[in-house]
Amino acid sequence: MNAAFLVFFVVGTIAVASSILVVAMRNPVHSALFLLLTFLCVAILFVVKDAEFVAAVQVLVYAGGIMVLFLFVVMLINVRHLPDDRTLSRFWKGGVGVGLAIFLLLATVVRTGTYHDQNPNKKLLRSTASHRVRKVTNPDGSVTRKRVVRHRTVGNSEAVGMALYQDYLVPFEVASLFLLVAMIGAIVIGKRELSAPEEETSPDFILKRMETEKDVKEAMSA
Amino acid sequence: MTQSYFPILIMLILAVVIGATILGLNWVLGRHQRNPSKLSPYESGVPPLDENRKRINVRFYQIAMLFILFDIEAAFLYPWAVIYRDAAQGPSGMFLFGEMAVFIGLLAVGYVYVWKKKAFDWH
Repeated sequence: MNAAFLVFFVVGTIAVASSILVVAMRNPVHSALFLLLTFLCVAILFVVKDAEFVAAVQVLVYAGGIMVLFLFVVMLINVRHLPDDRTLSRFWKGGVGVGLAIFLLLATVVRTGTYHDQNPNKKLLRSTASHRVRKVTNPDGSVTRKRVVRHRTVGNSEAVGMALYQDYLVPFEVASLFLLVAMIGAIVIGKRELSAPEEETSPDFILKRMETEKDVKEAMSA
Repeated sequence: MTQSYFPILIMLILAVVIGATILGLNWVLGRHQRNPSKLSPYESGVPPLDENRKRINVRFYQIAMLFILFDIEAAFLYPWAVIYRDAAQGPSGMFLFGEMAVFIGLLAVGYVYVWKKKAFDWH
């Protein structure tokens, strides 16, 4: 049993346990915190699998950005107390069914050799040709610039870059279209909500409330 | 390659151990008092005037959503920037540049739209 397997085992166990706690917690803020723990554990699993770039994006985008969205949703919908005390929702049978179906799907699709061909693939991904211009002194003393091709091993971000910007050009550009659609969607849906009456979080309200608090404080000290 | 992340693992383990030690020692050595003033949010402060869970304005959510979209755009820029310096010397330099120009151009359309819709203004 090597160190990588040990890390995988421990961190994977924490990831599974915390993701179960995400759905089992009563308090939505606690769920969000366990979701954060799950994201971080998955980032560590990516590092164990030599996917450092994906791990960094996992921390930056999921643990940094998506978490903020979840917390805002928690604050937006304002759940005080859930009506019934059951730990499991009444949809748990369907949830287990969907989970099992996705597990079977992934277990049949993702196999060693298709996407995860250990050694040859790694060598292919981690070496690339790079071009450098080097000044060469000719025998007659004149200096010319010559392009030399050098093969070397690259880091994970470079490997991702090579794959993303050369082999998967169309999906990459489609991704920007998706981002555009999401941007417009956020505005369109948000604007409709904005026509609702002014909520209690406007700066004016907060200032007024601070004044009230000051008055209360003075009254208490008097 | 993965071995170079071992110091980070040690740091994570230390962080968990230190946090658990502090909380655990407090629990073991400290006195367990559970009277109402001890359990209030601010023990020696002003009692809270209101519920702590209030509905927030949807504008916060909108700003966060836009932040994430531009965050993802920046995440796409990173591997591009890493390979671009080498590729710019070679034949695929202009290709890579144009590719990223299209990507940023499409998102710039969204940026202009968001700006025109005054989503960056609070009021």
